[in-house]
Amino acid sequence: MGSQTLFEKIWHRHIVHQDTPDQAALLYIDRHYIHEVTSPQAFDGLRQAGRRVRRPDLTMAVMDHNVPTSDRSLPIRDAIARRQIEQLEINCREFDVPLWDLHHPSQGIVHIIGPEQGFTQPGMTIVCGDSHTSTHGALGALAFGIGTSEVEHVLATQTLWQQKPKTMEVRFRGRRPEGTTAKDMILALIRHIGIAGATGHVIEYTGDAVRSLSIEERMTLCNMSIEAGARAGMISPDETTMEYLRTRPYTPKGTEFETARAHWLSLATDPGAQFDRVVEIDLEDLAPMVTWGTNPEMNAPITATVPDPDQEKDPVRASMMRHALEYMGLTPGTALNAIPIQRVFIGSCTNGRLEDLERAARVIDGRRVADGVRAMVVPGSGQVKREAERIGLDKIFTAAGFEWREPGCSLCLGMNDDILSPGERSASTSNRNFEGRQGRGSRTHLVSPEMAAAAAIAGHLTDVRTLSTEVPS
Amino acid sequence: MTPFIRQRGVVAPLERNNVDTDQIIPKQFLKRIERTGFGQFLFFDWRFSEDGTPKPDFILNQPQYRSATILVAGENFGCGSSREHAPWALEDFGFRVIIAPSFADIFYNNCFQNGLLPVTLPASDVARIFDLARNETPLSLEVDLEKQTISSETGEFQTSFSIDPERRRKLMQGLDAIGETLLLTDAIASFEGNHDLPLLPHNL
Ligand code: SF4
Repeated sequence: MGSQTLFEKIWHRHIVHQDTPDQAALLYIDRHYIHEVTSPQAFDGLRQAGRRVRRPDLTMAVMDHNVPTSDRSLPIRDAIARRQIEQLEINCREFDVPLWDLHHPSQGIVHIIGPEQGFTQPGMTIVCGDSHTSTHGALGALAFGIGTSEVEHVLATQTLWQQKPKTMEVRFRGRRPEGTTAKDMILALIRHIGIAGATGHVIEYTGDAVRSLSIEERMTLCNMSIEAGARAGMISPDETTMEYLRTRPYTPKGTEFETARAHWLSLATDPGAQFDRVVEIDLEDLAPMVTWGTNPEMNAPITATVPDPDQEKDPVRASMMRHALEYMGLTPGTALNAIPIQRVFIGSCTNGRLEDLERAARVIDGRRVADGVRAMVVPGSGQVKREAERIGLDKIFTAAGFEWREPGCSLCLGMNDDILSPGERSASTSNRNFEGRQGRGSRTHLVSPEMAAAAAIAGHLTDVRTLSTEVPS
Repeated sequence: MTPFIRQRGVVAPLERNNVDTDQIIPKQFLKRIERTGFGQFLFFDWRFSEDGTPKPDFILNQPQYRSATILVAGENFGCGSSREHAPWALEDFGFRVIIAPSFADIFYNNCFQNGLLPVTLPASDVARIFDLARNETPLSLEVDLEKQTISSETGEFQTSFSIDPERRRKLMQGLDAIGETLLLTDAIASFEGNHDLPLLPHNL
């Protein structure tokens, strides 16, 4: 074989069966993560057909989407949510699948705990009934979201039929300016190629700016690949990846680690390997980005103004913009940094890891949340929460007026009590600003953790780079 | 799964691009553990105002589209989450075919698991269907998966479409995908024999 990409190496090593190269391949799945929302009907299907879970030892369940982020000792108030959570427990017991329930000390969002605990490793095929499974690609795995019928298929067979996707290299050029983050990089990409720009493709992120990102930042990048329509996002394993893996609780240790390490590093895309498409993004002028509309592509630098649909030449786009601005209650020409917000959410599988909280806390330290703003931090996992508390981040947040909550998806999708009221506007570190995502009539502005923190302090969207030069009051 | 051979029905035009799964079925309705009964929540925020009354402007609330079985929409239909509740809701509501210039990957795939046929047509064809469907007499189309054609009763619209042959076969036979794969159990087992797999630790 000639030069191969990371994707190709993983793909070819997992083909169980394929009639002809242009037909769908039956892929072996190394890790199957499960959560309460997209699994009940799959277990039900198994039960009805009298099937079992083929490899419970490669399957792992967690409760995250529905769970309350307030006091866990109280019963869940929402009866239907409670039923779904209880059902996962029943299913896992019946089918022998390991479960990290509400009371497990390291419970958290599935895409946070997989990498954090070391369950996710380079070279694996990983699926979950959740589109943000792309997050795990940051460690050099091929990880993608599937629907519930496919969850059932993987449970029963540990395999999945897949058409081979195309590959896309996203090369970030130049250095990332001070005050900008991985979140801004991915928002800039989505703005550039659009929310369907990578449909049918697996993205690999390359370039020095990607190499210099920490693993947690790489996860932010891969996480939002789906927001550009991609099947998956991935990054070739390197020394940074190895250092991260070395300290995970469930990765191999000692000489086993050294063997694994050599294998993992060999998976990186070979020099000269070809991608079906290459997109280059220049980072020189990158600024903190913020969404102004109702999908992640509708974003702009914080220094810009709300765009004017009348200036848009494409009539279809113009009408979408009008619709979005009406929903968002925004007028063209308004400076983005003058938009007042009432809510701030720091969390989610995009930005709910320790480094995210650390960076937000640095902005907040010694300041106060503006009057009239309700701000919350929801750590991505029990471990993130414990670590954050050990280094005193919770104190910084609560002293500033933030709520410090229990781990879960929370306001990212508003399936539990954490929702916005109609018309309420948030600065949110999550990944989707769709209509109603954070509650019916809610208005979401996606930003980095630093920018969310800055908005909480200012009471409006603001450029974190200028905030940091002001003297805290 | 009910086999899909052909479908004749009224067309509902949903003239929006990037219809996301949060719109198709908002998350407050994802808590059910059944596979059925999601149709009542389809496009909930678009169909109903906050007090629960139907919004008369929304296409599916208009009497001539009530019985529609074919939905036609703008590009990138079904983007967003992987929730299969989206095809479940569309199917439960009565749709058997979705026509659009393009679909999001996971949604597209999920349709086939549920006997729902997604048809990709050039944007110009979709625009033409929108025009015809907006008429007072609703447009009725026949979608024939066997012949891979779409035609209107009166003959003013006619086209053919392409689709992956494997997916077509499975849809037409209404096959249980898992049952088929289980025929390859030996291949799976022998793959497992040669594949280096880090197991999850016991007693998590
Ligand atoms: S945090 Fe949000 S995006 Fe991530 S898994 Fe939970 S609901 Fe999905």
